[in-house]
Amino acid sequence: MSAEIVSIRNLSFRYNSSEILADISFSLTAGDYVGIVGPNGSGKTTLIKVILGFLEPSGGEVSLFGCRPSEFTAWRRVGYLPQKLNSFNPHFPATAREIVALGLLSRKEFPKRIGKSDDAAIDSALSLMDISPIKNELIGELSGGQQQRVLIAKALVSEPELLILDEPTTALDPEAREKFFDTLQSLNERRKVTIIIITHDIGTIGRYASRLLYLDKKIIFYGTFGSFCLSSDMTDYFGEFSQHIICHRHDAEPATSDKL
Amino acid sequence: MEILDLFTHGFIQRALIAGSFIAVLCSTLGVFLVLRRLSLIGDGLAHVTFGSVAVGLFLRTYPFYAAVPIVMLSALGILKLVEKARLYGDAAIGIVSSLGIAGGILIASIAGGFNVDLFSFLFGNILAISTTEVTISIALSIILVIVILFFYQELLSITFDEESAKVSGIRTEWINKILVLLTALTVVLAMKLVGIMLISALLILPPVTALQLARGFRATIVISSLAGITSVILGIVTSFIANLPTGATIVVINFIFFLLSFTYRRWK
Repeated sequence: MSAEIVSIRNLSFRYNSSEILADISFSLTAGDYVGIVGPNGSGKTTLIKVILGFLEPSGGEVSLFGCRPSEFTAWRRVGYLPQKLNSFNPHFPATAREIVALGLLSRKEFPKRIGKSDDAAIDSALSLMDISPIKNELIGELSGGQQQRVLIAKALVSEPELLILDEPTTALDPEAREKFFDTLQSLNERRKVTIIIITHDIGTIGRYASRLLYLDKKIIFYGTFGSFCLSSDMTDYFGEFSQHIICHRHDAEPATSDKL
Repeated sequence: MEILDLFTHGFIQRALIAGSFIAVLCSTLGVFLVLRRLSLIGDGLAHVTFGSVAVGLFLRTYPFYAAVPIVMLSALGILKLVEKARLYGDAAIGIVSSLGIAGGILIASIAGGFNVDLFSFLFGNILAISTTEVTISIALSIILVIVILFFYQELLSITFDEESAKVSGIRTEWINKILVLLTALTVVLAMKLVGIMLISALLILPPVTALQLARGFRATIVISSLAGITSVILGIVTSFIANLPTGATIVVINFIFFLLSFTYRRWK
């Protein structure tokens, strides 16, 4: 049995008097690929922040590679892309390459230095996201889609075992989005990278992720895309028409028994 | 010849040496503060410096010695308010800043005035800087350079995105403390250079000048430092020759640098 990468049992999280997450339980082992979906305010980002130890849960247990997140130190095993693309200053004076290099700091001991020996990893991540030609441009002078690709390269550069991505494709055009999901699939299949990705695009993530987790303060659904499409509970939740639209988009793989 | 004669005076030499080092401190720290939208922390801590100078005068001790611990504690207080009271940085700075001014006025009132004019600290006097203060500014600059050499990547990472920096295993709370404590010490030192009222200009103007020109993070720090040093040297010399207040002259020269760099960026 594979070791658990993430384990969550009976997790709850309250902010002031509001319940944000209730009775969340699931676990991920190496190579799992989970798409977290749900409406705005459903607690998706909060769940990620609890897993990463930014927020303390109100109840329940969370472990990251077997440790409590607040005690976790092996950050080289984790790659993270936060939600807010525009959280940084648009006039930030660093180049795309400098930003991607920051993703390697989790692998460094004090004093953390980026040197010639890191060039190959940085160039590989730049190339993977098709941003080598703009590596010396200032991040603030890039388009939203290019900035997002820089940040994705930063999350990938350390070759993490667990990749956590919060709405990574919002600023990407359809072609770049397709390539990005193909890249993730390749990382997942070839290197057994465990992936947690938050997205609103159930149809697309359903084609790639091994599991869908539909969240609305509590887990509404957790399973394969195929079982999602065939679930009568989901039919009740979404309505037959919406479920049909989600599951039979022109670019979505139809639900079949082998995805169950 | 007259200008060269200027440099033979001991007080001018001390002013130029201390001023240049303080300029490096302010310009370098300012890059991190400006990019993290904490520009006004200098202003806030300067107001606390006003209060702590009053404490020093009240206790009949050299104001600098009272200001250092009080301003450092206030800097940590701003961090705590942001973390624990869930305040934005500007609100936390505003609270500490107004408390500093209020404290200073209250103490001055209770003391019934001081022999030394409290308000002379508002505008600084770099030409009266002591050898001890020159030594402190050099020592602090060396500490800053060491900190930046050892923590450059951590500082860059936190400045870019604190949340991601945490996932890179960076002890962000410690780096933040180091940054604000260095800022606190620098503000107390800079009080002599430009005065309490104008300190934030030294922390803000050289970095924003550099941001117009630099193409990379290291380049921003270097250009900011060069702009800071040049403005201080030019400011001291110009003010002495033209019989102008030194602090205000330094700030105006800094603003001219910003205008020039802004114009260059717009028209290149």
